[in-house]
Amino acid sequence: MNAANPIIEAFREQILSAAKNQTKLSIEGGGTKSWYGNPNAHPKLDTRPYSGILEYQPEELVITACAGTPLKEIEAALKEKNQILAFEPPNFGEQATFGGAIAAGLAGPGRISAGNFRDFVLGTRMMDGKGQDLSFGGQVMKNVAGYDVSRLLPGSMGTLSLLLEASVKVLPRPAATATLRCQISQEKALRVLNEWAGQPLPLSASCWIGDSNGEGQLSIRLAGAVAAIKAAVPLINSLVNASEVDPQSAETFWNDLREHKLPLFENLGANQTLYRLALPATCGPLSIPGSDKEIILEWHGQQRWIKAPGDEATFNLIKQLASSHGGHVTRFKQGANVNPAFQRFTLLSEQTHSQALELVQERLRSAFDPAGVFSTNRLP
Amino acid sequence: MILMNMVTPPPDIAAISALQSKLVSALRPILPEHALLWEPEDTIPYECDGLAAYKRMPLAVALPETEEQVAQILKICFAMKIPVVPRGSGTGLSGGAMPISQGLVLSLAKLKKILSIDPFTRTAVVQPGVRNLAISEAVSHLGLYYAPDPSSQIACSIGGNVNENSGGVHCLKYGLTLHNVLRVRGVLMNGEIVEFGSLAPDAPGLDLLAIVLGSEGMLAVVTEVTVKLVAKPKMARVIMASFDDIEKGGNAVAAIIAAGIIPAGLEMMDQATTRAVEEFVNAGYDLEAAAILLCESDGTPEEVAEEIERMTKVLEQSGASGIQISKDEAERLKFWSGRKNAFPAAGRIAADYYCMDGTIPRRHIATLLKRIQGMEKKYGLGCLNVFHAGDGNMHPLILFNGADVEEWHRAEEFGTEILEACVELGGTITGEHGVGIEKINSMCIQFGEGERESFWGVKSAFDPEKLLNPDKGIPTLSRCAEYGRMRISGGKLPHPELERF
Repeated sequence: MNAANPIIEAFREQILSAAKNQTKLSIEGGGTKSWYGNPNAHPKLDTRPYSGILEYQPEELVITACAGTPLKEIEAALKEKNQILAFEPPNFGEQATFGGAIAAGLAGPGRISAGNFRDFVLGTRMMDGKGQDLSFGGQVMKNVAGYDVSRLLPGSMGTLSLLLEASVKVLPRPAATATLRCQISQEKALRVLNEWAGQPLPLSASCWIGDSNGEGQLSIRLAGAVAAIKAAVPLINSLVNASEVDPQSAETFWNDLREHKLPLFENLGANQTLYRLALPATCGPLSIPGSDKEIILEWHGQQRWIKAPGDEATFNLIKQLASSHGGHVTRFKQGANVNPAFQRFTLLSEQTHSQALELVQERLRSAFDPAGVFSTNRLP
Repeated sequence: MILMNMVTPPPDIAAISALQSKLVSALRPILPEHALLWEPEDTIPYECDGLAAYKRMPLAVALPETEEQVAQILKICFAMKIPVVPRGSGTGLSGGAMPISQGLVLSLAKLKKILSIDPFTRTAVVQPGVRNLAISEAVSHLGLYYAPDPSSQIACSIGGNVNENSGGVHCLKYGLTLHNVLRVRGVLMNGEIVEFGSLAPDAPGLDLLAIVLGSEGMLAVVTEVTVKLVAKPKMARVIMASFDDIEKGGNAVAAIIAAGIIPAGLEMMDQATTRAVEEFVNAGYDLEAAAILLCESDGTPEEVAEEIERMTKVLEQSGASGIQISKDEAERLKFWSGRKNAFPAAGRIAADYYCMDGTIPRRHIATLLKRIQGMEKKYGLGCLNVFHAGDGNMHPLILFNGADVEEWHRAEEFGTEILEACVELGGTITGEHGVGIEKINSMCIQFGEGERESFWGVKSAFDPEKLLNPDKGIPTLSRCAEYGRMRISGGKLPHPELERF
């Protein structure tokens, strides 16, 4: 169906030769997230040669691009038409690619209101471990023809197939935004955020930074129709005694949060790990022995960033704590002295009612990649 | 139907009856008497789902009342290698719950409890047999609702919605089932209980929840669903705009989106539809209009006023020949009544109608409508066109007389040609009704051999013995080959550029 493209043919050759030689390939774009996930030293498959926006019609609310396209290029194209990737995937560097962002599956502050990356993926073209050029989904939002294989790719970290192209839903930039800030305890912040989320308020993002046992600073982003923001600002200000942040500093703040440029993210001790906790909204403040006092809560408390010792004992403790609340934890970033071989993720076998899924996952990977070319264990 | 018989030879009656006794005696010890049906007079209501043209009698029907019973039934069938067809309310329109002659129908209708509602986290945990609308009704007093609202929401179950990834009139703004379900608990064909997704924003490993959603009962049997609830908008208003030309109407849809507006609902009806429904509901539709657009805005009164003004401007610029804005809730419902009653209205003007469900990129709406007009002449059958225009999902209703077998075949051919046109225009053969048994041949047109093989790989990862609703959704290689030959012999080979097997 697709005319032979020399770049894609080279990908195929590399995959088939790896399969033949029983070796693995580590798929990589700009390398801005190469520290994320379990480390591996396999030969790289560089996606960057396959680059470019293939189709973008703003009125269709969808952009189709090659995996190697710089994320910056996509965001610039959208900006020109006043549209956005509403889940705000982090770049973590100038070289970030579209494919890399999808494979990492990470989302920024907007995730709590907009959804995660997979919610926006409409279709993909991929190459499996047999060198087959496959297309799933499409460019339309409603599509239930065949299993939704495309949505397995976000967060798969290159362990299922090589992503070649993706069609991703985009949204108009909100007509108005406002950021409000107040001092508040963690417990109260968690309560008011969830209460507001159950009301017709234009809540778009939240971030609480502070001492896990005491006070902190809550930033709230509102986004929507001009009239909605005008009405919501005084209401929220009066409820929590907040004040509005000037638009320029607000934009910098949300961007720094998204790109992990806030101080908490930047100064990781050599023996520390930056833990990412994903938790249900019911989870109150957690206390983790040995952790830094300052923590960051995003997504109304459903994503938490905590710096704590990188040893296995601490990881296991946090893992148990997160699991007991119905969530999970990731070793997101490691300090220089932390053993890089430590498992970065919570395993399916460690969660209730997902042990049987470990086998399903294994069979799924082997269906797309029988020789295990992409089975790098970067995501277990 | 003819095609199916070509692929599956008629089974031996004595063998079937022996298998039936074996299955019934294996299931009796684990189910209450009333929860197991096998006499034809009891199982006949299960011979088909909402697509009545495709019928088959199952060996038996089980109606478990607990998850434990579901797991035991599956374990027994797994051991006996008897295929299982899960069934919700049976409102599906693609034959996804059509029985298998040598299989069991597993109805989840008795699992219909709302297990918990948590206003603080805006979630509800419900059993699969709970009706879609019942969720919104149960949380209405909290100022919350469950957003996806398929037209069949009074009757269809949440378990069925999960399996079809159902949308509805408001999914442009509020998303599909996929965007509103956080966690699904279910049972694999071997009887193992598993949970997909989580109440946390993500779960370890590959995102298996994403693939279970919309999997048409082929990967796991759903026993519990955790849904996201959203705040009820304070109010809603709808604009009804007339266009004297279909093309202008189609372009207006694109123009609204291009202006940066995501309406709560954006629906289109062609003239044949408005004329059919007006007689039925007296909504005051402009009968001279070639197309009518309904554009809804919801939110706070200030937001709605702002958005209605912006949309009105765009519609005027797009050449609307008439614009009416609902003054109050009663008028809003009146404007919608025709759209909501398009199906019964079709049932009133024709003996039968065949509802299609393709999706195309928005910009091709007018192109497709014009092609359908041509097809009406070609097949000598009328067609009403109602569209979820905002997301390009269209539901042409082909009118025919089911008593006339030849006319039904023409309706099927007509439908297939519409779906082929959808694929050609860059769309898909099914937006929300599912492939089921009905569109299984059209899958051969939309997908190539590699994709088809991958789908079977996904199926086998969950159900290696291929026992869970195995004859739906994904065609076998031999079916596609057979279908390919049929299309060629008819002299109308679609897409000659596609690889044939």
